[in-house]
Amino acid sequence: MKDFIKGLFSQNPIFVLLLGMCPTLAVTTKALYGLSMGLSVIFVLFTTGIIVSLIRKIVPSEVRIPTYIIIIATSVTVADIFLRANYPEISKALGPYVPLIVVNCIILGRAEAFFSRHNIIRSILDALGMGIGFTLGLIILGGFRELLANGTIFDIRVFPNWYPNILLFSLPGGAFISLGILIGIFNSFKRKK
Amino acid sequence: MKYIGIFLTATFVNNMVLHYFLGICPFLGISGALSTAIGMGFAVIFVMTLASVSTYLIYYKILIPLNLPYLQYVSFILVIASLVQLVEMFLKKYSRTLYKALGIYLPLITTNCAILGVTLFMILKKYTFLESIFFSLGSGFGFMLALLIMAGIREEIRGNDIPEGLKGPGITLIIAGILALGFMGFSGF
Repeated sequence: MKDFIKGLFSQNPIFVLLLGMCPTLAVTTKALYGLSMGLSVIFVLFTTGIIVSLIRKIVPSEVRIPTYIIIIATSVTVADIFLRANYPEISKALGPYVPLIVVNCIILGRAEAFFSRHNIIRSILDALGMGIGFTLGLIILGGFRELLANGTIFDIRVFPNWYPNILLFSLPGGAFISLGILIGIFNSFKRKK
Repeated sequence: MKYIGIFLTATFVNNMVLHYFLGICPFLGISGALSTAIGMGFAVIFVMTLASVSTYLIYYKILIPLNLPYLQYVSFILVIASLVQLVEMFLKKYSRTLYKALGIYLPLITTNCAILGVTLFMILKKYTFLESIFFSLGSGFGFMLALLIMAGIREEIRGNDIPEGLKGPGITLIIAGILALGFMGFSGF
């Protein structure tokens, strides 16, 4: 159970480990895009976790990194084709950031640090915890930016109509600034505990 | 003229780091000091150009004729990873000075999403061969430019009084945000 919980807060991939920053910043213009990106990452982490922990005793350690990369790339291809076939609009909005999950350091990092050393059940728990922690981070950042930029969360109006939409937060600059502020809040909250 | 346009657009308007958010990990990690930023920047330009040339040939000469475009991601990442290895071995053997300058940054580049990102954008935007070369060169220079500016600013603020929680990544991201706003000026807002 500890393997699952740690990804949510104390080792949250976005706010604490600072892994997978590229998709984090790029796709979080809206909470919905953050959620779909998060689900794709959970899928890739989950399949990679199962396969890597199953073959961890067969693969010689010299070629382990290329092997992991091929497993990850295959799993990402599956996720990408699935999104393109079933949710073409979301797939278009996420653009090349779905294939870029291949080089997302969270997945290779977990494969190297955790999946290759633990059995399948612990690996699945770790994959799910990390994936959900990542998704939570994406939804918080996406929601924060969507709220300030459009006054909505998941396209549901939160702020009244006279709210002056702050365009800045849907632009790249706003992405960096929001994440910086959120990390600051997270850190000072953690320190107080 | 068209090629210069592609080069300048990739460097300033669609800057890899500040517009597409690619290569953020090295951007946050290596921008601590100017000297390392320069080494990393040149290594990225070098590998990025080589990677886009070789993936261009593989995509249009092998994958498309064989009707296998879904193997794109698997083959691209393998090409990039092996290319980095090859460059490292080549430099080690033939150019000790260059190896000393770029050597330690090369292994880090495999997981730099800017490299894979450039090759994917090149396919997405349907560039021709020459256009791809200028696009990747421009993107590489853009990456180095952002890295250098950031390293310079971070050296300046080292002794400043920053709120406890914002120290490290927090303040770096906020600076990057302001930089990104400045770079938006190039696109004519």
